[in-house]
Amino acid sequence: MDDICNLTGMHIDVLREIGNIGAGNAATALSTLLNKKITMAVPRVQVATFAEMMELIGGPEQVVACVYLRIEGEAPGNMFFVLPPEQAERFVRRMIGDDSFSFQGEAHELGCSALQELGNILAGSYLSALADFTQLTLQPSVPALAVDMIGAVLSFGLLELSCVGDYAILIDTAIYDERQPNESIDGHFFLLPDPESFSTIFRALGVDGG
Amino acid sequence: MRAIETVKVGIAEMKVVVAPTVIRTCGLGSCVGVVIYDSGKALAGMAHVMLPHSSMARGGVVNEAKYADTAVEALCKLVIAAGGRKAMLKAKLAGGAQMFSFSSTSGDMMRIGARNVEEVKRQLERLHIPVVAEDVGGHSGRTIEFNPQTGMLSIRTASQEIKEI
Repeated sequence: MDDICNLTGMHIDVLREIGNIGAGNAATALSTLLNKKITMAVPRVQVATFAEMMELIGGPEQVVACVYLRIEGEAPGNMFFVLPPEQAERFVRRMIGDDSFSFQGEAHELGCSALQELGNILAGSYLSALADFTQLTLQPSVPALAVDMIGAVLSFGLLELSCVGDYAILIDTAIYDERQPNESIDGHFFLLPDPESFSTIFRALGVDGG
Repeated sequence: MRAIETVKVGIAEMKVVVAPTVIRTCGLGSCVGVVIYDSGKALAGMAHVMLPHSSMARGGVVNEAKYADTAVEALCKLVIAAGGRKAMLKAKLAGGAQMFSFSSTSGDMMRIGARNVEEVKRQLERLHIPVVAEDVGGHSGRTIEFNPQTGMLSIRTASQEIKEI
């Protein structure tokens, strides 16, 4: 794929299906972990300039808790699991049984490690579904955690792409818990494949366009 | 009083403003925000640089604002074209953080923030533009806003107080 702007509707559908399968599996993992029903939205596949993309996801200044994994293997790329910080705090409190946990103040090693592990489980299930679907070998790196402006964290995932052009294809899947609105989960999976990975993925799925 | 207008510079973009307009860029992580300004003329240009070298580009047209080695010179030209005087130009910069720390993974992209800062400074030195203030490195994202009237750069992070340099 030399020019990612040349995507056809078929390509977009394939990428959407990837978001569906990956996040579907991750939502199931989260359901099991929290023992509650988690729903997912229809994935959005966005082709946008970097600046546009930052606006699409709520503006670069919005503060989020973000777990980042680098995907290595046959179709390298970047994967982010992004949550509003207060929801991430709530998850962590439940996981470690400490109601005082907060991202403010002193760094809390156990709490941060719990959140990394959560991201690891979710991203791992996303990736293993993707690997099964495409029959490609994909390995996630050790997860890294940051609680900061979304523009600052996501731009890291754009570096590889930015060597090739000014556009990114973002596969965004939101997950939420619709039954308990006051304790809702509003997380996003962002998959940002490296430029060379698109043709590999399309080829693996038998779609022309490599 | 008229509300102060703000011009936004997106990722891998650059723009020039004249006072009373202020110029800002949001969510700098490993990216670097460079400001080149002429305080006498109350005008300033800002670039949001992503990568150190245009040699990293693989094919296609090079977006000058994206790479430190091309952005500094292009921004300098833009400021001069808007009426800036070469000898009066000064620079301020912020950004170049390392947002994630990995223990196992290595690779060029990990130190990208520091390399962006180094290259921006090298280019400014080559063009004889003094760096009068900087806030670089660390592990936090930054939003920066420059006021060409006062020549002050204000820096906001997610967790700390706003500071002015």
